[in-house]
Amino acid sequence: MLDLILTQTLNGLASASSLFLVASGLSIIFGVTRIVNFAHGSLYMLGAYLGWTLVAWLGPASPLGFWGGVVLAALLVAGIGALIEIAILRRIYPAPELFQLLATFGVVLMIQDIALAVWGPEDKLGPRAPGFRSFVILFDSRFPSYELLLIAIGPAVLALLWFLFRKTRWGTLVRAATQDREMVGALGVNQRLLFTSVFAFGAGLAGLGGALQLPREAATLHMDLSMIAEVFVVVVVGGLGSVAGAYLAAVLIGVLHAFGILIFPKITLVLVFLVMAVVLVVKPYGLLGRRPAGQPRATAVEPLLRPADRATKRAGLLALLLLAALPLAAPDSLLLILTELLIFTLFAASLHFMMGPGGLASFGHAAYFGLGAYGAALAVKWLGAPMEPALLFAPFLAGIAGVVFGWFCVRLSGVYLAMLTLAFAQIAWATAFQWVELTGGDNGILGVWPSAWAVSKTAFYYLALAICAACVLLLRVMIFSPLGYGLRAARDNALRAEAIGIDTMRVQWAAFAIAALAAGVAGGLFAFFKGSVFPTYLAIPRSVDALLMVLLGGVQTVSGPIVGAFAYAGLSEQLAKLTLYWRFALGLAIVLLVMLFPRGLVGGFLAWRERLGPGAGAR
Amino acid sequence: MTIDRRRFLAAASGGAVALAAPSLVRAQGAGAIRIGEINSYTAQPAFLKPYRQGWELAQAQVNAAGGVLGRKIETIFRDDAGKPEDAVRHAGDLINAEKVDLLSGGYLSNVGLAIADFAAQNKRLYAASEPLSDALVWSKGNRYTFRLRPSTYMQAAMLVEEAARLKARKWALVAPNYEYGQSAVKWFKELLKKARPDVEFVAEQYPALGRIDAGATVQALEAAKPDAIFNVTFSADLTNFVRQGNTRGLFEGRDVVSMLTGEPEYLDALGTETPEGWIVTGYPHADLATPEHVRFRDAYQARYNDYPRLGSVVGFDTMNSIAAALAKAGTTDNEALVAAMEGLTFPSAFGSAEYRAIDHQATLGAFVGRTALKDGKGVLVDWRYADGAKYLPSDDVVKTLRPAG
Amino acid sequence: MSAPAPSAAAPVLAVRDLAKSFGGVHAVQGVSFTVEAGRMVALIGPNGAGKTTCFNMLGGQLRPDRGEIALKGRSIAGLRPREIWRLGVGRTFQITATFSSMTVRENVQMALISDAGGIWSPFRAARAQHAAAAEALLAQVGMLEQAERACGVLAYGDLKRVELAVALANRPGLLLMDEPTAGMAPRERVALMALTARIASETGIAVLFTEHDMDVVFAHADRVIVLDRGRLLAEGPAEAIRQDPQVRAVYLGSGTVSGGH
Repeated sequence: MLDLILTQTLNGLASASSLFLVASGLSIIFGVTRIVNFAHGSLYMLGAYLGWTLVAWLGPASPLGFWGGVVLAALLVAGIGALIEIAILRRIYPAPELFQLLATFGVVLMIQDIALAVWGPEDKLGPRAPGFRSFVILFDSRFPSYELLLIAIGPAVLALLWFLFRKTRWGTLVRAATQDREMVGALGVNQRLLFTSVFAFGAGLAGLGGALQLPREAATLHMDLSMIAEVFVVVVVGGLGSVAGAYLAAVLIGVLHAFGILIFPKITLVLVFLVMAVVLVVKPYGLLGRRPAGQPRATAVEPLLRPADRATKRAGLLALLLLAALPLAAPDSLLLILTELLIFTLFAASLHFMMGPGGLASFGHAAYFGLGAYGAALAVKWLGAPMEPALLFAPFLAGIAGVVFGWFCVRLSGVYLAMLTLAFAQIAWATAFQWVELTGGDNGILGVWPSAWAVSKTAFYYLALAICAACVLLLRVMIFSPLGYGLRAARDNALRAEAIGIDTMRVQWAAFAIAALAAGVAGGLFAFFKGSVFPTYLAIPRSVDALLMVLLGGVQTVSGPIVGAFAYAGLSEQLAKLTLYWRFALGLAIVLLVMLFPRGLVGGFLAWRERLGPGAGAR
Repeated sequence: MTIDRRRFLAAASGGAVALAAPSLVRAQGAGAIRIGEINSYTAQPAFLKPYRQGWELAQAQVNAAGGVLGRKIETIFRDDAGKPEDAVRHAGDLINAEKVDLLSGGYLSNVGLAIADFAAQNKRLYAASEPLSDALVWSKGNRYTFRLRPSTYMQAAMLVEEAARLKARKWALVAPNYEYGQSAVKWFKELLKKARPDVEFVAEQYPALGRIDAGATVQALEAAKPDAIFNVTFSADLTNFVRQGNTRGLFEGRDVVSMLTGEPEYLDALGTETPEGWIVTGYPHADLATPEHVRFRDAYQARYNDYPRLGSVVGFDTMNSIAAALAKAGTTDNEALVAAMEGLTFPSAFGSAEYRAIDHQATLGAFVGRTALKDGKGVLVDWRYADGAKYLPSDDVVKTLRPAG
Repeated sequence: MSAPAPSAAAPVLAVRDLAKSFGGVHAVQGVSFTVEAGRMVALIGPNGAGKTTCFNMLGGQLRPDRGEIALKGRSIAGLRPREIWRLGVGRTFQITATFSSMTVRENVQMALISDAGGIWSPFRAARAQHAAAAEALLAQVGMLEQAERACGVLAYGDLKRVELAVALANRPGLLLMDEPTAGMAPRERVALMALTARIASETGIAVLFTEHDMDVVFAHADRVIVLDRGRLLAEGPAEAIRQDPQVRAVYLGSGTVSGGH
C-alpha cells in the first residue's frame, strides 16, 4: 500500500509538470497584461502538434532531433504568441476588462480549425524520448524514466523563472508590472515591447508544455479546451500572477488526480473544482496570491446609464410588434430560430444584469440556465407535472442555486469571482452528469414536450416571446430601480456605497440570485423547446456563449445583451449551416468585431451617435 | 509550412464551396429526395470524415444508378458540434426549412437520443447510424428510430464469448466515465458472470472521457493484480493508456479484452505502440476479402485515394439502407418508410443485414479478433465476423427491454 | 472665525482612549477628544501621525483595538460603515468616492434613497425618487447647474462638492471629512471650507476634518487636535495651537511646516 502511495505521488508530480508550464505562462501573462488568455490551451495544443511535426522531421531517434524539435516547437509557439499579441490584443488593451477574453476565444476557435486542416483529424502519438524510452524499478513497480524527467523539469523551470525574475532587468520589469502596472508606464519603459515579449514568453511556456507531453500523450484536437479548464484552476488556486503558487497548485492538482482515482474513481473531474471552490472560499486570492495593489481596472470610469429615450423606446416597441406579427408571414423554420434567439436573449440579459450593472462577471452562468432546464425536466419526469407548473419550478431550482452559490461568490471580486462561479458550475454539471438515477446522466431526460396548446411552433413562439420579453423588460426596470442603482453604486465605488448605508454584498447577492432566477426561466423554456435536457446545458461552452453574447453586445449598455444574443447566436447558427469550417469563420468574425467595436456593438453604436450629436447616454 | 498552408487554404476553399452548395444543388435536383444528416463533424472528425466520405460514395453510386423511385438522393449535412441541443435545432431546421424527407446521423449517444425523441415527436424517420447506446432502441426506443451499428450490448456480448474461454478469474475494468463506458462495463460484468460464475472483478477505473490520467490509472489497475483487463477506453484515452501500460508492464502476462480497439480509427493512432494479442472488436479493412467488401473498398480507394475506416463503412451502409428502405416503401411517406424499414434487408459492406422489426436494431455485425503489430502498424488478426443477429437477447427479453413495442 | 455659542448639550462625538496597531506599529495609541455640535474641529499632524487611521476607525472602515467612540452617547466602535452612517455620520474621502456611472443628481438621490431605506425596491424607477430633495442639497453646495452631468467627467473641486452633498444627505449629526481640500486650487479650498463652515453653523452639524494646509486649518477650525506618532500632542482653540511651541517643534522637526507660520 505504501508503495502504491509513493508511486501515485510520483505520477501526480509528473502530470504536474506540464500543467505547471502552461499555468505559469498564463499566470505571467495575466499578471502583466491583465488578459485572461483563453487561447492558452490552444497554444499548448499547437506546441504538441508542432513538436510532433518537427520531431518527425528532425529525426525522433537522435537526442538532438527530439530535443531540438521540442525546443523549436516552443520557440515557434512563442512566435505565434507574439503574432497574436501584435495583430490582435495590442489593439484592444484599452477596452473594458474581460473584453480581451472575447478576442482570445475567437483565437481558440480559429486555431481549432487551423489545426484540423493542417494535421487532420487523427490523433498524433509522438515518439518516445531518446534516452528515456524505458523504465526504472521504483517501489517494486516499473516507473517510466520519462516521467522522472518530467518530475525534474517542473522545479527546474520554476528555478529558471525565479532566476529570470530576480536577476534580469526584463524579469524585474515583469515583476514590477505585475504589482503595479501604472508604475511601469511611469518608469518610461517601452510598454509595448514588454507586453509583446511577456505574451510571447508565456506562449512559449505553453508550447513547451505541449511539446513535452508528446512522449506520454497523443496530440489531439481536444487537448486545448481540456487543458485550459485545468490550467485556470491551477492558476487561480495558486494565486494569479504567482509562479511559485502555480507550481504548488499544479502539484496539488496533479497529486489529487492520482489519488482521486484510487479513492473516488468516478468523480475525479469534479474533485478538482471542489478543491478550487474550497480554496477560494478560504483563501480568496489563492494559496500564494496577494490582493492586487492599486485600483483594479473594473472601477474605471463607466459610462452613464440612462433610461431609454423616445426614439429607443419606439424602436423597441416596433421590434416587439414586429416579432409579435411575424408568425403571420414567417415560415416555421424562422420561428424555430427566433424562438431559440429569444431564449438566448433572456439568458444573456440575465448574465448582463449581474455583469453589467453589478460588475460580477460569471464564467459559470450556464449552471443556472441548466438547472432551470433540469428543474423543468425533473418536474415532468418525477412529478409528472405538466408544462405550466414545470416552468415555475425551473426558476425555483435555479434561484435556490443562485442564492447558495451567490452567497460565496459575492465575497470575491473580479477574476476570482468568475473562477468561483466556474467551479460551482462545474460542480452542478458533474452532478447532472453523475447522478444517473435522478438525471439520466449524459443521456439526459427526454420527452420534455410542451402542453398540447403550446405544441405548435407558433404557439410556443408566442409563449417564449411573452415570457422572454416580459423578463427582459423586468430586468431592465430593475436596472433603473433603486436596487439596480444600488448595484451600480456597489460596482462603481464600494467604499462610498458602504458609507451611505448600502449593504453592497447583500445587494450583489440579490443581483446574483435574480440573474440566476432569470437564467432559470430561460433554461426552463429551452427544455420544453428542445424536448430534452442534457448536461451540456450546464457545461462550460454554454457559459462561454452567454459571456460572448454579453460582451459582443456591450457590457455597459442596457440593450447590449439583446443585440449581442441575436448577433452571436444568429451568426454562429448561420455559419454552422454554411460551412464545416464554421469555427474558423466565427472566430475570425469575433476577432474582427472585437477590434472594430471595442465597447461592444451597442457601445460602438452609441459612441458613433455621441459623435453625431450630444446628449445621448448608454442604453 | 507552405505545404500546410496550401492544404489549409484548399480546405478553407472547400468550405467556401460547401457554402455555395445547397442552393446550387437545389436548383439542379428539383424533386430529389432529401436526407437531413446531423453529426458531430467538427467534434469527432476522426470518425466522421471517413463517415461522410463513405456516405457520399454510396450516394454517388445510388444516383449514378438512376437514384431511387426515379429521383436522385441529396443530403444536407449539419454539424451538431457534439451538443444534443444543437442537433435538435438542426433537426427542426432541416425538416421545416430544408424540407428534408427523413433524418439520419448521430455519433454521440446523447445526440442520438435527442434526435430520436425529436423524430418521435415530429413523426419523422430517423436512421441512427453510430450512437451505440442500448437505450436508443430499447428503454427509450420509439417507432421512428432505427439503428445500424451493433450496440454496446452486442459488442460486449461478442467479447464476453471470448472472455469466458480465458482462464482468467480476476478481472479489472477500465471505461470512460459516461453512459457508453458504464453500460459496456455493466453488460460485460453481467454476461461474463452468467457464463463464468467463478470470476470476480477486482478493480474498476472510470477516467473522464478525453482526460485520462494514464499513468495513475495504469498504476491503480496494476495494484489490484488482476488476471485480465476489460478495456472500454478509446481514441486518445486508449492511446495514452496503452503507452503507459506498455512502459509499466501492465499488459504483460495478462489477457486484455477491449471494445472497438480493432477499428482502424483507433488502431492506426497506436502505430508501433499497438499491443499484441488483445481480444477486440474491429474492422480488418485490408484483409476482408468478401466480394461486397472488395467492391466497396476498391470504389472507396479509387474515389478518395485512401483506405476505408470503420466510419466509412457506417456512412456507406447507412446511406444504402435508407436507399433500400425508400425503394421498398415506394414513397417518401414516413409512415410507409417506417413500415418498410421494419424487417428490411439491405446490402452492406459486410454482407447483407436486416433492421429487426422487434426493436429496430440492425443485425450488422462486427469483427472479433486479436491485435498484432505488422510493419510498425497495428492490425487485426485471427478475426471472424460476429453476426449481430446472434448477439442479441431473446425476443421475450427484448420485449421487456423495449416498452415502446 | 465667529464660533456659535457653546452648546450646553453633551458632545456629538466623544472619543476616549482609542488605539490601533498594525503588526507591532502603534498607529494610534490612546487618543481622546470630543467634537461638539455646530463646531468645526481639525485633526492635524505630520504624515504617519495616525489621522487617517483615526478617521477610518470613526467611519467604521477599521475596527479599534481598544477605546470608546460614542456618538451622541451611543457606542459606535467596531460597527460597520453602513451602520455608523445610519446613526447619522456623513463622510467624505481623501480620494473622492462617487459613483462614476451616475449623474451628479443621481449620486445624491442614491444617498437619499438609502437613507429612506428604499434600496430594496426593485420595480419603481429610481430617477423619480427624492429628486427635489437632491436638487435642494445640490443647490446648497452650488452644484445644481451641473446636476445632469456625469460624475466621471467633473472637475476635481466639483466632485468634492458633490461628495459633500452626498455626505449631507442623511442630515448627519457628524460630518467626517478626510483631507477635504487635497488636490484643489487655493481659491477652491477657501470656497469649499467656507461652505462647510456655513452649513455647520446653520444646521448645527459637528464637523471633524483632517487637513494638511495650515491656512485652511487656522482659517476655518474652531478647535484643533494635533496628533503625533499616534498620540494626542495638543488640543485647543486654533489660535492657541498655532502658538503652541510643542506643536511648532513637531512640525519643524518633521519638516512639514506649512503656510509660513
